Amino acid sequence: MNRIIKFVILDILKNRIVLIYTLILAVLSWSIFSLEDNSTKGLLTLLNVILLIVPLVSVIFATIYQYNSAEFIELLLSQPIRRKKIWSGLFVGMTTSMILAFIIGAGIPLLIYAPAGIGLMMLGTGCLVSAIFIAIAFLSAVLTRDKAKGIGISIMLWLFFALLYDGLILFLMFQFSDYPIEKAMVGISALNPLSLARILILLRLDVSAMMGYTGAIFKDFFGTTTGLLISFSLLILWTILPYYFSLLRFKRMDL
Amino acid sequence: MIELKNISKNFGKLTALDNLSLQCHAGECIALIGPNGCGKTTLIKCILGIVLPGKGDILFKGENISNSFQYREHIGYMPQIGRYPENMTVGQVIEMMKEIRKSSALDEDLLNQFKLYALFDKKMRTLSGGTTQKVSATLAFLFNPDVLILDEPTAGLDPLSSEVLKEKILAEKKKGKLILITSHLLSELDDLVTQLIYMQDGKIRFHKSIEALKRDTGQDKISRSISMILKSDRHE
Repeated sequence: MNRIIKFVILDILKNRIVLIYTLILAVLSWSIFSLEDNSTKGLLTLLNVILLIVPLVSVIFATIYQYNSAEFIELLLSQPIRRKKIWSGLFVGMTTSMILAFIIGAGIPLLIYAPAGIGLMMLGTGCLVSAIFIAIAFLSAVLTRDKAKGIGISIMLWLFFALLYDGLILFLMFQFSDYPIEKAMVGISALNPLSLARILILLRLDVSAMMGYTGAIFKDFFGTTTGLLISFSLLILWTILPYYFSLLRFKRMDL
Repeated sequence: MIELKNISKNFGKLTALDNLSLQCHAGECIALIGPNGCGKTTLIKCILGIVLPGKGDILFKGENISNSFQYREHIGYMPQIGRYPENMTVGQVIEMMKEIRKSSALDEDLLNQFKLYALFDKKMRTLSGGTTQKVSATLAFLFNPDVLILDEPTAGLDPLSSEVLKEKILAEKKKGKLILITSHLLSELDDLVTQLIYMQDGKIRFHKSIEALKRDTGQDKISRSISMILKSDRHE
């Protein structure tokens, strides 16, 4: 397995798109922090970058890379290697390189400018979000053989999690505003990895006071250590589940 | 050595392999021929475990290959169109395969004869189709496998390299290896193969030794024998 990981990482790190991604992240985060005198404001801006650009680039790049390595996978399959090893090697290799790009691009300024706790937490969330969306990309890549369809599915999933889901939540909140739905909101938010990541960071930034009663309920749940552990486990689960389903499919797939 | 029992494979509504059974033994050099889309490549991919058959069993040296991967150590496969990670150099690809196979007995004949050492620093994406074929061929023979599966080996190779490859196939055949070749160039197969399988619509039309084929049809070239059989079929 280590060999495949090594080769995938070497291949991706030489990829121009990943270099540009790292560069854009670096330019954005350095400029955000040096333009804003208040580090909380900078963090909020950067949070939106992390929750939009990182998943978008991860999911699209991983899907395209997956389709482009179809022949490489076929080559490996004709060698004495388990299918599971090929798949996990690709996943670990791709995730490691994307996380590396994220840490080099956004991680360094985060650690320099942001307060230690929140900086580390944002770094961790960014890494998890990268992994989650690579796992989702793996899933959409095994769902269809057509590259265009696969990329389409990936973009739709990103759109759903990054934009549509929040809209749906808002819609639900307005429709059911007469009912005590605050506790249910915690559950519904936890179902979307990006909402979960956003809430986690926002609560650390003490802007949750602006979220009213729902914010207080969120603080009650996500603000505690147990809540934090549960949310991070949920994020990890969001990585494992799509990957696991893609692996099941890959094992039965014709190439 | 390789035994296929009632293999069927469907791609949606299309039947690629239809209840196909086949036995191959060591020392044979088998040509797999048939019109485009008759299931040759699917058959090969089934043996390699790249395509999983819908029904039936494939035995390699008496063992079922489903859920097994170790048996591929004994197979060298040259794909029809070999594509490799674009950013890797020829040297890196060969190194990677060596690391994966962990085999010590390397057969570097083709590596030397194709003069691939001179191209070791070239990126895979800059190689021409023929040079990529040379890399594929080298990789198939590199680990001294007992079984060689060559999918259109000479397509895209220049005459000189094609001759080198044919010589190599002959040499391996003499060592008692099982060799499976698919090709559309029947004239090239004449001095290579001992057996011939003609496939059509996912079924084996006939599986004969070359002597029997030539004797039955009274021709001395494979291409003529086959066209005779196909013509006589049409008249019936």
